[in-house]
Amino acid sequence: MPDTEPLLANPLPLKERMQIPRVRMPELDAQVRAHSFEEVNQGLAASGAVTEATRCIACAKPSCQLDCPVGVKIKEIVALIYAGDFLAAAAKMREDNALPAITGRVCPQESQCEGGCVIGKKGRPVAIGNLERFIADFERHSGQLGLPAIAPPTGKSIAIVGSGPAGLSAAGDLIQKGHRVCVFEALHELGGVLVYGIPEFRLPKSIVLEEVNNLRRMGVEFETNVVVGKSVTLDELMRVEGYDAIFIATGAGLPVFLGVPGEHLNGVYSANEFLTRTNLMRAYKFPEFDQPIYDCRSRDVIVVGGGNTAMDAVRTARRLGAKSATLVYRRSEAEMPARAEEVKHAREEGIEFRMLTNPAEFLGDEKGWLTGARCVRMELGEPDADGRRRPVPIPGSEFILPADVAIIGVGTTANPLIQSTTPDLATNKRNYIVADPETLRTSKRGVFAGGDIVTGGATVILAMGAGRKAAKAIDEYLKAGTWE
Amino acid sequence: MFRIVEARTVGLNIRQLTVQAPRIARKQRPGQFIILRVHAMGERIPLTIKSADPAAGTITIVVQAVGKTTSLLNCLETGDSILDVVGPLGHPSEIKNYGTALIVAGSVGTAMALPTAKALKDAGNHVIFIEGARSKDMVIFEDEVRAASHEAYILTDDGSYGEQGLVTKKLSDLVDNGPGAGRKIDFVLAVGPVPMMRAVAHVTAPLGIKTMVSLNSIMVDGTGMCGGCRVLLGNQSKFACVDGPEFDASQVNFEVLMQRNAMYRGQECQSLKAFEEHKQEQLTHQRASLAHKEKQTAPQRAQLDAVRTTSEEKHNA
Repeated sequence: MPDTEPLLANPLPLKERMQIPRVRMPELDAQVRAHSFEEVNQGLAASGAVTEATRCIACAKPSCQLDCPVGVKIKEIVALIYAGDFLAAAAKMREDNALPAITGRVCPQESQCEGGCVIGKKGRPVAIGNLERFIADFERHSGQLGLPAIAPPTGKSIAIVGSGPAGLSAAGDLIQKGHRVCVFEALHELGGVLVYGIPEFRLPKSIVLEEVNNLRRMGVEFETNVVVGKSVTLDELMRVEGYDAIFIATGAGLPVFLGVPGEHLNGVYSANEFLTRTNLMRAYKFPEFDQPIYDCRSRDVIVVGGGNTAMDAVRTARRLGAKSATLVYRRSEAEMPARAEEVKHAREEGIEFRMLTNPAEFLGDEKGWLTGARCVRMELGEPDADGRRRPVPIPGSEFILPADVAIIGVGTTANPLIQSTTPDLATNKRNYIVADPETLRTSKRGVFAGGDIVTGGATVILAMGAGRKAAKAIDEYLKAGTWE
Repeated sequence: MFRIVEARTVGLNIRQLTVQAPRIARKQRPGQFIILRVHAMGERIPLTIKSADPAAGTITIVVQAVGKTTSLLNCLETGDSILDVVGPLGHPSEIKNYGTALIVAGSVGTAMALPTAKALKDAGNHVIFIEGARSKDMVIFEDEVRAASHEAYILTDDGSYGEQGLVTKKLSDLVDNGPGAGRKIDFVLAVGPVPMMRAVAHVTAPLGIKTMVSLNSIMVDGTGMCGGCRVLLGNQSKFACVDGPEFDASQVNFEVLMQRNAMYRGQECQSLKAFEEHKQEQLTHQRASLAHKEKQTAPQRAQLDAVRTTSEEKHNA
């Protein structure tokens, strides 16, 4: 077992390893970063990473790996970091995870790998996410690349629709198996939610670009500006362009609005639009970049919702110079789906929280510009179908919250573009594509689907897990050649 | 990278660009549009497709200079490139034999209405085309308008060409049910500035004539993912990019559309002013960065094209 040797050389007894405190992630000062799109977390130094790796006790049955949706070989990787072979650690990582610099930054590790860490039962878990990020960043800065081996060509080609986390992850696996892989993207930049949704201060776009380029170096082809369903249909991809299989990974990109009066007023945005303008189109650099965004400077901004999208939007508004940036959420803080780290960061940056509050109407002036939201206070009632306590309006509790900009971040749903031009692709009543949970096969021969377009909005890493599963299923289908 | 194979001026501040975009050329239908981004720091803007040549792999768009991006586009020449073009987007126009179909087009809307007019004519309709422009030098595609219709009326606001007056005046004359020469009109399509489309709706709605308008709301992605283009139909919100761009005029809230289209007016003026002050530098920069990009992506594109040609040949054989 060559991979575990370096860790066996760890001179510290278990007890002492467990007493080492978790290495702190350096971060930008809250006062500075509230006005800057620079990355908040600054990353570990090499010495810090090695110290952190020393904390791992190399469990016989590493539960951290079981809790990682893509099954990264964490134990072996941590051992390689301890041994100082960071590039080997990166190569090992890429066998299971095509985007380590990204997942190390955006995964909710507390409920995944780090949630399963044995050390975490006594103290703070090993900072697996920070280590993952460290080796990916180290590799990038070194200019060397720990790319995994590629199998000989199989002569089969696969079209992947959508370049978000699910599509990229599937591409990374399928190219290793020797297939030809082309990823089609509707937008002009690759990465899906990683480029239009997650802001620069959490995930620098240069890092997404670099991970995409790594896939390119492994042989993955990309075509941007193609809206599958409009520019080309699934049938044409298979019949005319000769693809043997298709993986649909188009995500759940259709914004949900509240459906309350006044939502058409100027100043009311979906979080998708607000974030697309700032992230993908760099509107925060207007007029250097051409795409405008409503000038938030010295204005009151409210963001509706409690997930990571809402958190990203409200922190972005703050950075665009908002006088006040307030998060309005209909449940209480305990129910917020956003990551604890993001909530903490937001609070440090001066974001205000108005929990148990819901807008009932947006109010505007005579020219159609937003002036505020008529809000109602909520209390938590009986648990609903998902087990979360349902928020119930308190009669007579209405009040007006002044706002010049309101951003709706209450969720997204399936975009029906492909489904509407592919009649033989089964969908459920909410327009999500129906796929077998194990094989990810759809109702259409040779077509697989996974990620948010099947499950509804979830996390980056779950989408990547779906991508890996699809790659395995597609590979098996191409080998066997049978569908039933 | 989308190469401009022909660029020419067709009216005052109005240019016609024919662009290499084989995928879009194959798929486009009348009434659909594209979104383009001229350069790496550019914004995404929607433009209607005027025509396409699938064999040559080209589409033709018509651009009136009204702000920075359209002004920059209108400085481009044959041989220049546009960085990103995506489409065809939106629903095609609903083409059937309505009987008598009337097209009302204002200024650059003429270019957008032409493919639908042609298709309606081919579908057996008697097509009447009313083209309006501010003055003579903005009357565009008169020959094509005449070719796409059985009757054509050209009007200018100042009377410098054709009849003097607004398109709605002509429309009222034609549909007038009074003792005059009332015509039976079965279908109306209006494409142009919002006040014009609203005025058309005001004429046709009381008469119960089915009227469609092609809405030009502000768009970012054009694929339904942001809702920036949402329009109010009755009290229902629709996304112009995926549910439209054509909608039943009697349902459209034109006031909300005008109000939303004014959202970035300040920034738009700022952008245009900066562009006009540094036009030459911007153009030089644009060309240099595209040439760089061309060089960078050429090998991969050549490889992609080779693979694609092989599989298409296989398919055709």
